[in-house]
Amino acid sequence: MILTWLILIPIIGGGVAWAAGRVAPALARWVALAACVLDLGVASGVWAQFYGSAGSGAPFLEQRATWIPQLGISYHLTMDGLSLLLVLLTALLGVVAVAASWREITTSVGGFYFSLLAVLTGVTGVFLSRDLLLFYFFWELMLVPMYFLIGIWGHERRVYAAIKFFLFTFISSLLMLAAIVGLVFLHLRATSVLTFDSAALLQTPLSSAAATWLMLGFFVAFAVKLPAVPVHTWLGDAHTEAPTGGSILLAGLLLKTGAYGMIRFAIPLFPQASAAFSGVACVLGVVGILYGAMLAFAQTDLKRMVAYSSISHMGFVLLGIYVGTGIALQGAVMQMIAHGLSTPALFLLAGSIQERCRTRELERLGGLWRTAPRLGGFVLFFALAALGLPGMVNFVGEFLVLLGAYKLNAALGIVGSLGFVLSVVYALRLVQESVHGPNVHGWRISDLTGRELAALGVLAFLVLTFGFWPKPVFTAARSSLAATSLALAPPLPAAQPDIAAEGRGLP
Amino acid sequence: MNQGDLLAVLPLIVIGYAGVVVLVIGAFWRNHCAMSALTLAGLAGAFMAIFAALPTIPRQVTPLLRVDSMALFFMGLFFLGGFAVAVFAHDYLRTNGPGSEKFYALLLFAILGMAVLAASNHFASFFAGVETLSVSLYGLIGYTLGRKSSLEASLKYLVLAGASMSFLLFGMALIYFQFGTMEFDALAGAMRGAEVTPLVYAGLGLLLVGFSFKLAVAPFHTWAPDVYQGAPAPISALIATGSKAAVFALLLRFLTLLAVRELGSLFLLLEIIAITTMLVGNLLALLQRNLKRLLAYSSITHMGYLIIPLLAGGGQGVSSFSFYFVSYFITTIGAFGVIAALSGPEHELDRLRDYAGLGFRRPWLGAALGLMMLSLAGVPPTIGFMAKFYIFTAAAHSSLWLLLVIGVLNSGLAAYYYLRVLVALYSQAPEEGMTWPSVRAASGIALVALTVLLVVFGIYPTPLMSLAHAMWQAWLVVP
Repeated sequence: MILTWLILIPIIGGGVAWAAGRVAPALARWVALAACVLDLGVASGVWAQFYGSAGSGAPFLEQRATWIPQLGISYHLTMDGLSLLLVLLTALLGVVAVAASWREITTSVGGFYFSLLAVLTGVTGVFLSRDLLLFYFFWELMLVPMYFLIGIWGHERRVYAAIKFFLFTFISSLLMLAAIVGLVFLHLRATSVLTFDSAALLQTPLSSAAATWLMLGFFVAFAVKLPAVPVHTWLGDAHTEAPTGGSILLAGLLLKTGAYGMIRFAIPLFPQASAAFSGVACVLGVVGILYGAMLAFAQTDLKRMVAYSSISHMGFVLLGIYVGTGIALQGAVMQMIAHGLSTPALFLLAGSIQERCRTRELERLGGLWRTAPRLGGFVLFFALAALGLPGMVNFVGEFLVLLGAYKLNAALGIVGSLGFVLSVVYALRLVQESVHGPNVHGWRISDLTGRELAALGVLAFLVLTFGFWPKPVFTAARSSLAATSLALAPPLPAAQPDIAAEGRGLP
Repeated sequence: MNQGDLLAVLPLIVIGYAGVVVLVIGAFWRNHCAMSALTLAGLAGAFMAIFAALPTIPRQVTPLLRVDSMALFFMGLFFLGGFAVAVFAHDYLRTNGPGSEKFYALLLFAILGMAVLAASNHFASFFAGVETLSVSLYGLIGYTLGRKSSLEASLKYLVLAGASMSFLLFGMALIYFQFGTMEFDALAGAMRGAEVTPLVYAGLGLLLVGFSFKLAVAPFHTWAPDVYQGAPAPISALIATGSKAAVFALLLRFLTLLAVRELGSLFLLLEIIAITTMLVGNLLALLQRNLKRLLAYSSITHMGYLIIPLLAGGGQGVSSFSFYFVSYFITTIGAFGVIAALSGPEHELDRLRDYAGLGFRRPWLGAALGLMMLSLAGVPPTIGFMAKFYIFTAAAHSSLWLLLVIGVLNSGLAAYYYLRVLVALYSQAPEEGMTWPSVRAASGIALVALTVLLVVFGIYPTPLMSLAHAMWQAWLVVP
């Protein structure tokens, strides 16, 4: 039941916030914050209770109820280590997003917080569902409120960005729906059991052509969300035009759902087809790393620059997932967490700068450190995190992914590690042009408020903590990655002790 | 005709008499409220009569009608849908204008025609049902004479319905000539044994053309947008839902008896019609600036989707087909209901521009229309998603992979124009000096009910799916 509460708390809080917003906007903010804090509290409680058993392999929380028995669809939620990590991230970023929107949103405040919290419900549901239709249901549930966040409260070209975002994700998701339906009915034909439960569908006997097509249906949907390179074009617009809270959720959570879907469904459901496809996916990942970094470097808009850096970071995740060894997958998960902590912080800072300077153009910024030193300090800190400075969490993720990739294919690892260099270039340009240098435009702005400091402080603390001590993440995620790893890189047992032997302190 | 027969056709008797009563009472007591109350009572009574008929089914009543679970299911849908339409019509007409009794009587007769079609098992009752429906619709479409487009639409419908009727009649004649019977069962039996001659193909082809006109599927769809736009909004809802569903119900019965999957060429033809209809409806809707026309094109597309379960057949096909119609009724009547609630016989708010900013100025109404659009697009948590998902499973069940993929891609394409309505509702400022009339209580209640159903069945569709499935199982016993 606790899993259902994790899903319901945000949407109920959102409904209350909406109603409260009709009384007073401030009330809506407090209600939304309370709901997110409560959600985070529940998620942390689960962490405290089950952290010890996360390594055992089996999901430690499970809930199952009939939903649509005619079609073999059940309301089946489970939580294992990977889900737990991502649900915690969801709840945390919910709090951050509410805090970040505190002053920015002034129109229809209640509706805004309802949409924001509805997105959280959808994301949490995605991370917990094991029934494929339930998964799809939540997957689509994220879409509409996110569309509203961009389309109503966004910046200048919001309608264009919102429609583009919606169409990209909706059409690719429909391909996944077709693949889900196809898989289920091929399973029905082979076993005469009609079920949408992913655990039961794992053993579906498929011809290799059918498996390839179905796998592609899943892959496209996840690749759009991730985003992988040929289908990334929605991202720049959506992130840039979204309000700060929306950008935080988009970058921090929605992008992770794509990676999560690959780890949880696309690869375990179609192991042979995925293994055959992994070369292509790895190349797409490396292209994403380099191309995203180059795009980021070329941007003149602060938010757009951060947005494109996401493509680069998520390229590491894609590479790590499809390299598929234990190390690489751990790195991919680490990178998901890292990106989920550092990029939302950068979006929050970009939002703060825009709120104060009324512009995001790098040309018109510069020298903000002199007038707002705390803001400057945090921009530098998170830019360093983004470029993968050792001691910060991004480094751990990127390093492990590249290590895994190098072992699989040296060329892949070497080309991928060029991403490190390029990320230094764009991250330093970001710092240079926004906060460093002389204050030529004569900006006089107020420094970060306590609310912003608190949100950024928590994120910075976690970036450093997991940078120096990544073990909790490894322990929690390891057993969840076994199925994926088994599909792509069968000799798994050798991989795990490897990490320990390299002195990273894994038990 | 014994007592059981009478009970079985009780819904038809009630709805028919209700129309006559409205007409007679209206002749000497012209009271708008009384007329609409009588109409609603008649529809409710007819709906109740379904439960009286339930124990008697399945039953062949005269050679003309077969009252079975499928017939009663669709009758129930027509009566409930008609109830909602009558509620919207009451608020739409507003006044005690001359001859409102005729409007309500025609509405009841139109619904009678639909109900007859759902139960018809014979070319003669088929013809009688279609004519009752069409003739009533001529009057209803042209009822708002204050608007020029209303009359134009009525004439257009008159000419095209007449033309399609002649195709149907000619097709029936050819088939009768070959087999010497007009009963569907006997026809199906004769056809199964016999070699299919060119004459039969010609007859089936002509029937198909007639059906296509009635359903407004490509390439016979061109009348739909003009008629929808010109007709009074509640009547547009009726044409979009009831008149289509009635013909579709008949087609379901006919094609199931014929075992359409064994007639390769007819199957292929229907497949092509389905694909072109989905595409044409979507492409033409993309740039529409008129909400009623947009809904017209959207309904064309939905007819294309509905051919998929029709071709799939079997339990999955028939139950998803019925489920889809429930979803389509709720959503389409709701969407036209919003238009009707803001419009009157003299002036209709049908430009997309008229709805700019509605979502903020009138949050409840905006949310209702927005949810209807999401349901038409098939986005969770609305019933439209479940319905679309259900027909996709039917396609997969029968291995209609091509139709499945085309249907899926079209849903994606369609999202664009439904989003344009959402953009108007929530991302645009209202036109200068734009005010919307307040929604009357009855329409408000109907809209709330439809929206609640849309969300509840979107999250928990199980009861409705059980009903559709039970309907199919009870139906299957007979043929």
